[in-house]
Amino acid sequence: MAIRVNLITGRTIQQGVSMEAGKEKPAYTAACGIIELDPADFKKLGAFRNTTVRVTSQYGSVVVKAVEATQGPHPGVAYIPMGPWANRVINPNTYSTGMPTFKGTPVTVEVAKNEPVLDSLELVRKGCRGELA
Amino acid sequence: MTKTVTDVVCPFCGTLCDDLEVVVSDDGKKLFEVYNACAIGAEKFLHSQAADRLTRPRMRQDDGSWKEISYDEAIEYTARMLADAKKPLMYGWSSTNCEAQAVGSEIGEMVGAVMDNTATVCHGTSLIAVQDIGIPSCTLGEVKNRADRILFWGCNPAHAHPRHMSRYSIFPRGFFTGKGHTGRKMIVVDPRPTDTARIADVHLQIEQGRDYELLDAFRVAFKGEKLPDVVAGIPKEKIYEAADMLKSGRFAIIFFGMGVTQSLGKNHNIDAAIAVTRDLNEYTKAAIMPMRGHYNVTGSGQVWGWLFGFPYAVDLSRGFARYNPGETTSNDLLRRGEVDAVFVLGSDPGAHFPFSSVKEIYNLPSVAVEPHETPTTEVCKVHVPVAFVGVEVGGCAYRMDNVPIETRKVVEPPEGMLTDEEFLDRVLARVKEIKGV
Ligand code: SF4
Repeated sequence: MAIRVNLITGRTIQQGVSMEAGKEKPAYTAACGIIELDPADFKKLGAFRNTTVRVTSQYGSVVVKAVEATQGPHPGVAYIPMGPWANRVINPNTYSTGMPTFKGTPVTVEVAKNEPVLDSLELVRKGCRGELA
Repeated sequence: MTKTVTDVVCPFCGTLCDDLEVVVSDDGKKLFEVYNACAIGAEKFLHSQAADRLTRPRMRQDDGSWKEISYDEAIEYTARMLADAKKPLMYGWSSTNCEAQAVGSEIGEMVGAVMDNTATVCHGTSLIAVQDIGIPSCTLGEVKNRADRILFWGCNPAHAHPRHMSRYSIFPRGFFTGKGHTGRKMIVVDPRPTDTARIADVHLQIEQGRDYELLDAFRVAFKGEKLPDVVAGIPKEKIYEAADMLKSGRFAIIFFGMGVTQSLGKNHNIDAAIAVTRDLNEYTKAAIMPMRGHYNVTGSGQVWGWLFGFPYAVDLSRGFARYNPGETTSNDLLRRGEVDAVFVLGSDPGAHFPFSSVKEIYNLPSVAVEPHETPTTEVCKVHVPVAFVGVEVGGCAYRMDNVPIETRKVVEPPEGMLTDEEFLDRVLARVKEIKGV
């Protein structure tokens, strides 16, 4: 089952702390390589908490871990903390304002049990070399 | 033995807290404890002590591995790259001091670079709006001492500016705000019931991306005119209630963040927010302030303001300063392939730019000046580690309300490590030699 949600990004305190502790460390992946979904959306997706999922938009695709919304409820809205995972799928168009559209990207979320969540350095490296789906 | 350094300034977010205490060894070489900072600020100080910290520049080899190089080699590569490029992008400038920003600007002028800072993905749209219609603002000191109506729109200080509410906006007792938070009313507009929204008197859970409509609805409500039953997912009664709450205060302040600047509508959302503030001044005193992210992004806007007349997205490639957001902004330049070299200092576009832009950096000659290992250093050709500003070297920074604060050096950098400013000074000297000036 795939669901469609509206994706937003932003800071979380875990994102801030783990980023200052080192973006190459597992804590950064644990803080930002996630998507926060509402319980209602989990139900629609038919998945358990902490399942790996693939998030896809018109602009790209990324594998992250689905966790329950920490600042919810917000059915229909999904949240990936700011960082390289979110930035693979957000809408890069600036519409002549200079500002990419980081908030409000329609995405589909589907279960991707056996795919790994890459760490930040691997994610950009493989992405730049064209080794990612 | 140890000693305690007081009144230390935190170089992480735009709140720029200046009351930290840091315990260091007697010889000033080791940092042990950080008091008063939030979790993010404390981590920033402690990470400077990491055992695995890089201390020498390195260059990417053809096989993808890193090779350690000397500072001289790194300076040579950087100077050559910038001098040879037709239109280099010099991006970042937010996690560094104003002194380094000034030297960087001189290099930018000499090589005809496009200078852009992190406002480009943060409050750039706010700056456009300010140029459109002006801004009635104030300092955080005024907020602390006077404000009794606090509105957080599209921002989540509990996570992004963790001590903002306790130091300035919600909890402190000030001159005219002796009751602290009990004397203040707090409104939060956010599509999620965030940790900030949880402690608010009123939370308007707006439909994501409909900020402009709700802001306009506030202007209608102030005048007591008729509203449709529901605007942006909010029943009209709640809008009238919040509008009355704002009008009835003695001093209202609107803080806004990425929820409005990065959603569709962009600068027009901010136009509307500023117009709301202006309208509110018909009834009471009101001000508005962007929640600036990096601790000195405001400073780089200031430095470029007085050097070039523009706060970000300054194109110097024609020998004079041009500014046209949408054209001279980093992500537009990268997406259109209009720059031929990238220099990054004091920011991490590798993590915080859309992937299409990151890929473009990867394909260009590039230098990252950055204490940490980051996604940006991962895609750049040369990585130059430097001392942490605000920890290992002082310098001027501007708080989110445009108040300059001198940051302090609390601990020695690792032996032989250059600061941003020293590195840039030497690049500038080398660029001058290459250009024969
Ligand atoms: S609120 Fe900001 S400036 Fe203050 S300690 Fe935390 S990160 Fe540092």
